[in-house]
Amino acid sequence: MSIFAFAAQTIRIAVPYLFAAAGGTLAERSGIISLTLEGFMLTGAFCAALGSYYGGNSWVGVACGMGGGLVFGLLHGVVTIRYRADQVVSGVAINLLAIGVTRFFLHLAFGSSSNSPRVPGFSTVVRGEGMLAGMLPDPLIALGLFAVPAVAWAIYRTPFGLRVRAVGEFPQAAESVGVHVARVRYVAVALSGVLAALGGTYLALDQHQFTDNMSAGRGYIALAAMIFGNWDPVRGGLACLLFAAAETLQIQLQGTQAIPSQFVQMIPYVLTIVALAGMVGKSTPPAALGKSD
Amino acid sequence: MDALRERVADTLLPPVVALLVALVAGDVLILSVGQSPVEVYALLLRGTWGNAYGFGQVLYKTTTLICTGLCVSVGLRAGLFNIGGEGQLAAGGFAAALAGLALPASTPAPLGILVCTAAAVIAGGITGWVPGVLRARFGAHEVITTIMLNFIILALLNWAISSADGGALRVPETLHTRAIRAGALPRFGDLIPAFHGSAANLSLLIALIAAAAAWWYFFRTRAGYDLRAVGLQPDAAEYGGVNVGAVWVRAMTISAALAGLGGINFVLGYKHYYEDGFATGAGFLGIAVALVGRNTPLGVGLASLFFATLSQGGLAINALVPKTMVDVLQGVVILAVAASAPEVRRVLRRRKRIATA
Repeated sequence: MSIFAFAAQTIRIAVPYLFAAAGGTLAERSGIISLTLEGFMLTGAFCAALGSYYGGNSWVGVACGMGGGLVFGLLHGVVTIRYRADQVVSGVAINLLAIGVTRFFLHLAFGSSSNSPRVPGFSTVVRGEGMLAGMLPDPLIALGLFAVPAVAWAIYRTPFGLRVRAVGEFPQAAESVGVHVARVRYVAVALSGVLAALGGTYLALDQHQFTDNMSAGRGYIALAAMIFGNWDPVRGGLACLLFAAAETLQIQLQGTQAIPSQFVQMIPYVLTIVALAGMVGKSTPPAALGKSD
Repeated sequence: MDALRERVADTLLPPVVALLVALVAGDVLILSVGQSPVEVYALLLRGTWGNAYGFGQVLYKTTTLICTGLCVSVGLRAGLFNIGGEGQLAAGGFAAALAGLALPASTPAPLGILVCTAAAVIAGGITGWVPGVLRARFGAHEVITTIMLNFIILALLNWAISSADGGALRVPETLHTRAIRAGALPRFGDLIPAFHGSAANLSLLIALIAAAAAWWYFFRTRAGYDLRAVGLQPDAAEYGGVNVGAVWVRAMTISAALAGLGGINFVLGYKHYYEDGFATGAGFLGIAVALVGRNTPLGVGLASLFFATLSQGGLAINALVPKTMVDVLQGVVILAVAASAPEVRRVLRRRKRIATA
């Protein structure tokens, strides 16, 4: 496998992580825990397949995917911000709900319990050696690579980002200077829903169908990448690429039996625990993370 | 009297609200597929509580949920959120199967059951001790470490079951172990003919004993008092002379040991082997059980019965409504309880303020 093919494969795998980790970073920097990324991604994937199928156009799919993420993001927002529910509990519930809702409506819309019919997508180029160039027609890949710098810029260089960081670190202080804490958090969590859903949208459109539980833990890998990146969007993005590269390597090693694939799958989780335990530098979450009131 | 009424309202209102919300959500889903809610709910009850087999299946599912529900509530009582029940349950089941395979077939039944159950509890406990130490010693938040450990444990078990090519452990071409030689628990069907064919087994009694022991531990022992004190206010507990870190480690270990205990229901009571993926769903549902059960052992038991009924009921109504409806309702119930609990407390507080003003 050439270095270009390796890079192309890594980027393909990383795109959903990049979207979700960017979204998760935004929400967590505002103080809202992002266990929900998995559910947002799954919802996005389903809505994208639905939109793409009935709209007959992948852009309709993208719009629907984003819409699904927005709805679930706002639901998480209402439950945790308006009703001050525990954010971890709400996160788990949102993820269970996403599995249930997508399964139920998969059955209702397509009469199947496993997958949707083929839907229009973006990439039509055959995979293989020309992969790096072949990725260009897929706007979601470009958008995914763009998501991380965009969120980094928003967080560090815009007034909105300053407010996000303020309400995530010390909401009382932010409130005392006139920042509307709840509103900032609503926007952050809604955007995180949209971004993570775009990751799911990419999955569904790339594979030209929705399959049951197709996010398959990718939201949790994105969460791990975000934490491993110490809640910094750029470092989180690099962690996404690292985890994706490990997966690419694992796919290459398959058949050689060099390392059992399960051990490669564990890498993101082990690294995250090691980072959290402070064994590689200090891990500092936003101070007000998870504090509902 | 007022204080008692307030406590009752605080405890019971959120689950009642959640039930009503779930009922409405269920109606919407049922109507969306063009069926009658009354008919579907009647069918759900007939298929679960209406016959011995269905009820046996409910009891079987209740057993695992009692264990994972207790697991989450022990953690929450200590102020810790253990969401690693899934991996801990699987680890317990795997250890029980290993012990059952290692023992000679001639082992007396009570001894075999004891050894296998102990293996499940210890394996579960270890998987909880790790995040406990990570929290107490290194400050790594248990929510994240338990999620990550879930994936690590499940990957390890998957590796153990799929790559063990020596025929000693695995049945070839499957993802389950060979049948255990000792430690099998009798099914209710063996004792009461009406339950014939259902998976309910004596693990239920063991789970109920565990629930009673949890109650005793929380409310009748010093260690349990320390645990609750840490959960309510760690700084105050520390000031009162409690070693908060030690309590965290202990709470996580006990919590995960209870989840591990749940593994015997499937392995010793039902299939008599460990199968990859048997724990799927039961761990996360434990969070729902603990939440609806308001973290009391009695509540956990009742909530387990409720969620087990819902889960088994899904199969009963599948002809009319896709069984995935119950997956949606589970999520709705958790969201509704989580959202209404703080709201109820705020309303009660406001009313009290008005009353005293």
